[in-house]
Amino acid sequence: MEVVNYWRMKKQRFGLEGATQPRRDAGESMYHEDTLPHTNGNGSAAATLTLQAERTETTPVDLFTKGVVYSWTTVYNAPAGFDAQAPYTLAMIELDDGSLLTAQLTDVDGEPEIGQRVEMVTRLLRTDGEAGVIIYGYKFRPVLDH
Amino acid sequence: MSQQNGHKSSGGVVQRPTNPVGIVGYGAYVPRYRLPGSEIARVWTGGVGGSPVKEKAVAGLDEDVVTMSIEAARNALTRAQIDPTDIRAVWVGSESHPYAVKPTSTMVAEAIGAVPNTLAADWEFACKAGSEAVQAGIGFVGSSMGRYVMSIGMDIAQGRPGDALEYTAAAGGAAFIIGPAEDSLAVYEGTYSFVTDTPDFWRRAGESYPSHGDRFTGEPAYFNHTISAAETIMQEMGLTPADFDYAVFHQPNVKFPGRAGKMLGFTPEQLQTGMLVNEIGNVYSGSSLIGLSAILDEATPDSLILYVSYGSGAGSDAMVIRTTERLAERQGLARSTRDYIARRTEIDYALYTRYRGKLKMH
Repeated sequence: MEVVNYWRMKKQRFGLEGATQPRRDAGESMYHEDTLPHTNGNGSAAATLTLQAERTETTPVDLFTKGVVYSWTTVYNAPAGFDAQAPYTLAMIELDDGSLLTAQLTDVDGEPEIGQRVEMVTRLLRTDGEAGVIIYGYKFRPVLDH
Repeated sequence: MSQQNGHKSSGGVVQRPTNPVGIVGYGAYVPRYRLPGSEIARVWTGGVGGSPVKEKAVAGLDEDVVTMSIEAARNALTRAQIDPTDIRAVWVGSESHPYAVKPTSTMVAEAIGAVPNTLAADWEFACKAGSEAVQAGIGFVGSSMGRYVMSIGMDIAQGRPGDALEYTAAAGGAAFIIGPAEDSLAVYEGTYSFVTDTPDFWRRAGESYPSHGDRFTGEPAYFNHTISAAETIMQEMGLTPADFDYAVFHQPNVKFPGRAGKMLGFTPEQLQTGMLVNEIGNVYSGSSLIGLSAILDEATPDSLILYVSYGSGAGSDAMVIRTTERLAERQGLARSTRDYIARRTEIDYALYTRYRGKLKMH
């Protein structure tokens, strides 16, 4: 199953690719109502995307890679496969294009702040045991100034 | 051997591509954790004895050569300002590819949007795998097989707990986009490699940690290859140390590159900008390349740089690089090497053992 998910979600996980569907009342913003949920970090939202995709034709779109922390929580009792990195912070991120998605935060010490600027990085999410595939994907970290 | 085959040597040993080639973009990556040498000494020697570096960079739980290569590659793309679908090869040199079989390079290519019309391969030559990938890129672009090549040297080096290498084996590296000289922020004026079979350092298949020949790693290995490569390229190109603004060598510790530079006739000032080992440790395949990225961050146009890698087993690649007018406009487009070095979170040995998977869990 991991291999199937890996294959299906590689564009989302590596490239932060989302999907839009045409509005029924054409015009206005293409985001918010139209952006499909992506993933919540443990892969379960992939099913949502698939169901939506079956009902409606969607168009891939590169989501913005910066945004702000919309809300967050700390996971101490992590689901199987994620325990190696626990405790970790799970956050809802409001991207600069208006989309809202769920992802882990990384490179944070202590508690993040609501509204804190964050940027997408590709990190190791989990491994499928000792011999299985390594799952990489997007996380968000506080924006590095330069 | 060549004469036995009926072929004669074609002469000059310094290599130049048919069409001039340079660096279109570059990017570094260093993880944020630092383990001081004094902390390793506290655990293993009771604090007695010094450390070959002040501290080393350590990757976090969610980092490996794939994730670090992706970030460096994205920084290189930001500087190059090219379409990633124009990249015709993605090559990653490392001693710590996360898979034994499954290329790091395809994952990096996927993440930066270079798939599917590209070559991809992982390179291995101890600490000069990335530098070799750069040379291959020079040949590839210089013979017009492709417009751009992404060559990366990146490592999360393995050091056996308690071994001398544990003080220095570190994480980091840099990515370089090789392209036509007219698009480049620095141009390769010549490259030369000096290679022999030298058993100074190795890791057998299936082993977690490398083995080394202790003092054998110095004179017959690092110094012989580094000095020979540097002297030959300078002699063949009619250059002396005084002609260079900067020089950078492979940095297994503070002492070796400093001594190599002195033996060749370089001043500490020429070495200073690219010398990062005291702050980040030995980042193996990334070592000389990230030193070069630190130089490119600060150099001005028309600066001359001597670059010399070293890989155990053993060999050195020497390259003469001249910066162009384009450097100034691209330096600030992405985070500098120093930005990453300044991002520092100190950890103790206990956290280090968790982050680097050194705890036996069952």
